[in-house]
Amino acid sequence: MMKRRMICLSILLIAATAGSALAQNAGVSSGYPTPKNGFSPAEQRGHGLYLRYCVLCHGVFGDGNGDNAPFLDPRPRDFTAATFKCRSTPTGTLPLDSDLIGTLVRGVQATNMPSWRPLTDENRQDLVAYIKTFSERWKTEKPGDAIKIPPETPVSIESIRRGHELFQKMECWKCHGQQGRGDGPSASTLTDSKDQPIRPYNFAMARNDSRFKCGSENQDLYRIFMTGVDGTPMPSFADVMQPNDAWDLVHYLRTLQTERRSKENEVLKAAGGAATLKSSENKSENNSAADSNGKTHSGGH
Amino acid sequence: MRTKQMLVALLTLLVCPCLLFAGTVSGKVSYTGTPAKPKPIDMSKEPSCAKQHATPITTETVVAGANNALANVVVYISAGAPDEGQVPQQAVTFEQKGCQYIPHVLVMHTGQELKVLNSDQTSHNIHPLAKTNREWNKSQPPGTPPISEKYDKEEFITVKCNVHPWMRGYFAVLKTSHYDVSKDDGGFKLPNLPPGKYTITAWHEDYGTQTSDVTITGNETKDVTFTFKAKAY
Repeated sequence: MMKRRMICLSILLIAATAGSALAQNAGVSSGYPTPKNGFSPAEQRGHGLYLRYCVLCHGVFGDGNGDNAPFLDPRPRDFTAATFKCRSTPTGTLPLDSDLIGTLVRGVQATNMPSWRPLTDENRQDLVAYIKTFSERWKTEKPGDAIKIPPETPVSIESIRRGHELFQKMECWKCHGQQGRGDGPSASTLTDSKDQPIRPYNFAMARNDSRFKCGSENQDLYRIFMTGVDGTPMPSFADVMQPNDAWDLVHYLRTLQTERRSKENEVLKAAGGAATLKSSENKSENNSAADSNGKTHSGGH
Repeated sequence: MRTKQMLVALLTLLVCPCLLFAGTVSGKVSYTGTPAKPKPIDMSKEPSCAKQHATPITTETVVAGANNALANVVVYISAGAPDEGQVPQQAVTFEQKGCQYIPHVLVMHTGQELKVLNSDQTSHNIHPLAKTNREWNKSQPPGTPPISEKYDKEEFITVKCNVHPWMRGYFAVLKTSHYDVSKDDGGFKLPNLPPGKYTITAWHEDYGTQTSDVTITGNETKDVTFTFKAKAY
């Protein structure tokens, strides 16, 4: 009798331990209630992780209204809108899972979103699966096709010069300012899609840190202005810019990071520095004025 | 001979009964109270646009005419429309000219092609802040081809240009082509309505929506008026 009771107890104990291990694997060990029915195992696990790591900022409903949200600028992302800043897909389309995972790995520069590199790959995949339950769009739409990024063209002073001309022609300076310091004439009026004030990226801020909101490499910079940063004033230039032109613009934008060691800055310095770009711009705009000034100048000496 | 005539008449009736029993809903949109005064727009930061306006322009949030008439109100059939799902083939056009949107309120059918033109000498970014539909944001420098887009779901969408913060317009995406936008005299007209029960909705960007139920029994014109309460601020 005693023996049988011991066996029963042992079985119960083993079952309880296995149950708690399963619960941990299911991501619901945080003490929060189990998510609603119909979730896939990945979404269940993601829910547990979300409640542990994300809920304080992004909120229980995923609408960016967590307890910490009022103290954050910019505000946390609203997942119910399914609008994402960092995508490899065209403006207006849903991102790929790999885009969202990339954001989790990197964090978002100049915001309160930290890097979630310490999590495992599986954790991040589960979180992405759960984040996608906040909007019906994920059930009715497919993510866009990733834009194609052709191989980078060589960095040269000609390429930087053409990029500078594009910066003028595309009127990037209206928001980002002529020196890329985020202080263009429209900068102070910008608001995001939630009507919250938002600052344009300040290129000059970067020292040896070359991070942008959506990556740190030249191809990330290329991707940012071709896809646009949805939910913000930054539009997509994919319809109005050819790939080679886009690389020229990338090379010029890198020179706006004046404190950063880069091939682009070396090439520009060897060619005479940023002043050479301005002088060529002035030459085309004020040809006649420059001529008359030149005459006065030589006449005076 | 007489039988033939009768047959033709019967066939016409079968093919297009709307020709014989085409009702019309028409009327006027007006307001009560005192609306906020339009604010002058300072375009001095964009000289290429400023010089296109001989007199300074103002905001178009409330465009009021004589006798309290209210313009730019979308009046449409929100229930009972006979043409749901019939997408018009021709595109609708939204133009950016003088750093203003023309028209201020553009109505389109779900799935209908929308063409966005830039007639200015400056870059615009077209940023419709859709919530039900997809939110996209595209740059359109001067001289570039029209942007072609379409919307799949019904929605009233605010359109912004982030570079020029005074630019604000609206897309009204509807499931019907039975719509009109009230003119300066507040007038609107919804013709070619077969007999039936309809809900007519009037939408204004600041004052919200109003509805009215109408029954069309034959070849008749029903008068419907909408009166919005003006907001002073």
